[in-house]
Amino acid sequence: MTPTPDTPRLTPVADHALLVEFAEAIGDAAHAAVLHLDRALSAALPPGVTELVPAYVSLLVDFDPLVTDHTAVGAAVLAAVRRPRQDNRPAALREVLVCYDPDLAPDLPEVAARTGLSEEAVIEAHLAGDYRVFLYGFAPGYAYLAGVTEAIRLDRKPAPRRGVPAGSVIVAGPQCLVTTLTMPTGWWIIGRSPTRILTGDESRPFLFDVGDAVRFRRIGRAEFEGAQHG
Amino acid sequence: MAEAVFSVVHAGPHVTVQDGGRPGLMRYGVPASGPMDRMSLRIANAALGNPPGQAGIEVSLGGLVLDCRSGAVTLAVVGGGFIVGAGERTLGSWQVLTVRAGERLTIRPGPWGNWTCLAFAGQLQAPCWLGSRATHVTSGLGGGRLLAGQELTIAGAEVRERGERRIPCPIWARPRAAVRAVLGPQERCFAPGAVELLTSAPFRLTDAYDRMGVRLHGPQLETTALSLPSEPILRGSVQVSGDGVATVLLADHQTTGGYPKIATLIGEDIDGFVQLRPHDFARFRLVSPEEAVGIARHRARQKAAWLATMARAGA
Repeated sequence: MTPTPDTPRLTPVADHALLVEFAEAIGDAAHAAVLHLDRALSAALPPGVTELVPAYVSLLVDFDPLVTDHTAVGAAVLAAVRRPRQDNRPAALREVLVCYDPDLAPDLPEVAARTGLSEEAVIEAHLAGDYRVFLYGFAPGYAYLAGVTEAIRLDRKPAPRRGVPAGSVIVAGPQCLVTTLTMPTGWWIIGRSPTRILTGDESRPFLFDVGDAVRFRRIGRAEFEGAQHG
Repeated sequence: MAEAVFSVVHAGPHVTVQDGGRPGLMRYGVPASGPMDRMSLRIANAALGNPPGQAGIEVSLGGLVLDCRSGAVTLAVVGGGFIVGAGERTLGSWQVLTVRAGERLTIRPGPWGNWTCLAFAGQLQAPCWLGSRATHVTSGLGGGRLLAGQELTIAGAEVRERGERRIPCPIWARPRAAVRAVLGPQERCFAPGAVELLTSAPFRLTDAYDRMGVRLHGPQLETTALSLPSEPILRGSVQVSGDGVATVLLADHQTTGGYPKIATLIGEDIDGFVQLRPHDFARFRLVSPEEAVGIARHRARQKAAWLATMARAGA
């Protein structure tokens, strides 16, 4: 049976988790259901539940098998799904600075060529995006932002570029990401941000929560260098 | 306060500082990390009267050589069948011993096992990230990888009266070739027969083995759905890539991924699975979720009793 936002599929994972899926393909309704369940369970963690991991269309509920089991956690999940939805407004609006200077945006010319836009129009389209944090994944602080405008959506590159520096602003399809580590990537590198997603502040170590809205603000070289070292 | 200082003469790849790990942060892309064989560090700490998650060093098949520059400290080496040299003595892992200034501590692979843990009667000084000294190898954050030339300081180093004794190696700490798993969560993405193959054919661990996971060599497990929306991954997920090759994700796993997971190892069997070496065989057996929970509870009681007995014997 295909899962829906109202009738999720619950699948046991090993002895200590339950995967709750709301759809089989990425969509706003399924992600809204993920956020709703994440908030509802976080507000009052069922006994034995240790961790909640939101993704595009699913929420993983990890638990201590010495305290509870899949059946009890499943019942708590279904009760939470049925709880009335709060409005789905983002919890917070976060600003991310981005500099589009050519040496920091090596793929900008190619993105412009492939979309038929000028480089300046690509930048404007990127800034115009309405971004939401869909999930973290892959590596620490890798927050997948959904909401790249249609005009600049491209499939990922045929071959990844190696050694892409931390802070790179990269896009692929409807998604945008600010990298936190130096890593290879097949996404398009269109800018560099001095904003740290891994903040280094132990009281708030990650800049975003899943569900937050994000806006990019363009900065010039001087401000980039200043923020980079400041 | 007494201090013991070591210099790192040699550290193989994958030799890192580890503690109890940093659970609870997968929603931010951060796996729990911690030792590959979690019970080894717990036993090593228990043997010294330390809290269970106190930071120590996880040693791979690459081995570790430390010179004690000053001070003295009692330590425990637990996990696998490794060979431990201290000064003139040659011992095995599953050993409490005291190392003093001028002595060399050597840990190298022995007859069995893939990982061993070194714990100290004192605090290993290492960088902390998000409340834990566990090293996350992909980012290098946490206590970090050990490198030749580096200095290690043990603060509050103690020398115990019973400074040298064997720790019994329980049967459940041995490598485990018969690994139990729960089906899914994406078994529906596989061609008919794939699950049957997973549970009937032997798989070999390959050399593509690090703290993130181990690739297996075995029959191709044919998938029918390739690109899933990325879904959460756990330690123990058996993920199958487009070419039908299975990988078991381990301590420093990525937290989400789009490849389907055909099965997930039960928590109880992961410590034993990681003690298999590259080219060893593993066989998977499916258990129901209810059986898996039952196993977890039974084993937790058994291990708690064993740890209590071991701690009394060392007191």
